[in-house]
Amino acid sequence: MFEDLTNKFDSVLKKIRGQGKITEKNVDESLREVRRVLFDADVNYKVVTNFIANVKEKSLGQNVINSITPGQLIVKIINDELIELMGSEKSDLKFSNNIPSSIMLAGLQGSGKTTLAAKLAKYLKSKGRNPLLVACDIYRPAAVEQLKVLGKEIDIPVFSVDGEKDVIKITEQAEDFARKNARDVMIIDTAGRLAIDDQMMNEVANIKKRFSPEEILFVVDSMTGQDAVNTAKAFHDKLDYTGIVLTKLDGDTKGGAALSIRAVVSKPIKFVSVGEKLDAIEQFHPDRMASRILGMGDIISFVEKAQQEIDLTESAKLEEKLRKNKFDFNDFLSQIKQVKKMGSIGGLISMIPGASKALKDKEIDEKVFNKIESVILSMTYEERENPNVLNGTRRRRIADGSGSSIQEVNRLIKQFDDMRKMMKGFSSGKMKNMLKGMKLPPDVMKSMNLK
Amino acid sequence: MSFLDKIGFGKLKEGLTKTKDDLFGKISRLVTAKKKIDDEFLNELEEIFLSSDFGYDTVETIIGNIKERAKTDKYETDDELNDLIYDEVKKIFTISTSSFKTFDFDIAKKPFVIMVVGVNGVGKTTSIGKLAHNFKKAGKSVLIGSADTFRAAANEQLEIWANRAGVDIIQNPLTKDPASVAYDSVSAAVSRNADVLIIDTAGRLHNKSHLMEELKKVKRVMQKVIPDTPNETFIVIDATTGQNGLNQVKEFANALGEVTGIILTKLDGTAKGGIVVKINNEMKIPVRFIGVGEQIDDLQVFDSEDFIKAIFDK
Repeated sequence: MFEDLTNKFDSVLKKIRGQGKITEKNVDESLREVRRVLFDADVNYKVVTNFIANVKEKSLGQNVINSITPGQLIVKIINDELIELMGSEKSDLKFSNNIPSSIMLAGLQGSGKTTLAAKLAKYLKSKGRNPLLVACDIYRPAAVEQLKVLGKEIDIPVFSVDGEKDVIKITEQAEDFARKNARDVMIIDTAGRLAIDDQMMNEVANIKKRFSPEEILFVVDSMTGQDAVNTAKAFHDKLDYTGIVLTKLDGDTKGGAALSIRAVVSKPIKFVSVGEKLDAIEQFHPDRMASRILGMGDIISFVEKAQQEIDLTESAKLEEKLRKNKFDFNDFLSQIKQVKKMGSIGGLISMIPGASKALKDKEIDEKVFNKIESVILSMTYEERENPNVLNGTRRRRIADGSGSSIQEVNRLIKQFDDMRKMMKGFSSGKMKNMLKGMKLPPDVMKSMNLK
Repeated sequence: MSFLDKIGFGKLKEGLTKTKDDLFGKISRLVTAKKKIDDEFLNELEEIFLSSDFGYDTVETIIGNIKERAKTDKYETDDELNDLIYDEVKKIFTISTSSFKTFDFDIAKKPFVIMVVGVNGVGKTTSIGKLAHNFKKAGKSVLIGSADTFRAAANEQLEIWANRAGVDIIQNPLTKDPASVAYDSVSAAVSRNADVLIIDTAGRLHNKSHLMEELKKVKRVMQKVIPDTPNETFIVIDATTGQNGLNQVKEFANALGEVTGIILTKLDGTAKGGIVVKINNEMKIPVRFIGVGEQIDDLQVFDSEDFIKAIFDK
């Protein structure tokens, strides 16, 4: 996410980096490029104008101290301004002491409220809560049905009232149901609505008035253009919502809408939604985001995600095997499964500093892993444990069994061998040298302190 | 009955009132207030265009052209100045216009197959309901193929729209394979001798290679029944979409070989859908229909010239 913005900033900043001192001329020139970057990223016109003016003012007033270059100074100022714009700290959900708490979702049609409701429910469940999904989208055909299907998938109850056209009544009954069934938080899914539709806006305002939800989250598509500010403001005027959720951030949008909305409503972005799977929801970290935009990656998110997903005992076993150089296809298979569990490979890689840039043009085909998996699964247990027995006949059988060509099987076995050799390097502390020998792209080398 | 009435020109104007007030109302006011093209005028014009999602490059081009024209062309009245701007916007936007202007056209070879694609939440299913309704109203026999096998309850949603439009739907709730439903749909359309078949597909982000592969497969499998199908591939773009809209069209066109038209939805909100100007300019893909509301009648055949005329109140 925000990758394109990062890439473009990089090229702009390269220009500044070469300069000797901050002059009005070189500031103007580079800020003109920054301006274009921000417009291409869908940042709102007025927000861009203010941003540029602020950065310019701060840049010109600065004395360049000996230890840093003017370029670094401008980068720092841009970084600080971005952090300022996106909110300086992360913000958690609030809950009431009385059961149930409630979280209401509101937004335009198609922003992703229903899917988000399910993701949020799953997320809260994993944090030890007992959520109840409340189906208040009584307008869109099959919206209630959609929520029911999702609820079933994540094993969380969905409260709906057939034929009821009054969302207040639905929510009242849901509250009652929640109390009786020890559900401590209601997630209220509402219909998508246009900010200019007074009648529909009053409907959500009335839910707010009647139930005073602890959280009202404005759900917005991260691909939204200049209109984001109008909608965000109109919903805010009516609902005074407590936070923002950015959806579909796993696309290649630059996501400038996030900056714009923050600038006009000063409410925190609480979550981002990053994939098709129902656990593809993350807390938003504004402080890390600015570094990410400026090309420093989001290493902390990456580490956290990895820690959360990788089974620690599995890892310990693997480490043991690596040390003894007994890594086999069974381990490879469980490794692939762990990586897949962590979400999209592309998403993970984008969080590694430097890697997103290095891999920008290389397509990461997630299907490759499915292929590898099917080949390994076509091996017998013995073959997986002891790959040396894999002769021609066996390879042919594996190829047939997994629907691949014999060449593909050969290639995988060869890759596996290479990997084993490399692993040996890891375990014997020669990792640095190994990596050096691998001719990684300069950015990756740099970020790993290999240069 | 005039052609414009037939396609609901009045309603087009009505639906565009917001766009017009926001965008070209502003231009008119600017023209009236300033009366001449100077730096301040151009800055304000730039703000108006950029705020409408036209995109930086497109705006740079339009502003540059207007600046050049101002040096040589005479404009004395507000109308002349208005004309000059109208002209330049038109140049950018009328490169490519719709080839079919009515739902009531002769179908050379049945079935006429339309495949509808797009990212998540843009309004594909709703647009298909409206399209089916319009074709039905024009006397065509219509079949809808429900090849969104991914999103929860997508089938149910499409079924409700099919009922509203009074057309049949081909679906298979038991399969997760969209290609097989598409295959069945084309086969059914052939055997039932249907005039029009509209295929719904699951929303997908254009940068997910495995999902784009799936979409390619849907098309390939449809072609097993009719080799040169589909006749049209429409991409649905949400009017609130920013600069990413261009990537969407590029990637879908790239995966499927072609995209023949755009359905621009949600124009009844405050968003202006200006990204289609950029898409039209760069990809020469015309907007075919616009969605201007949630009712089944709220879909208009689109003609870029009419669009510009409507917003300039010509």
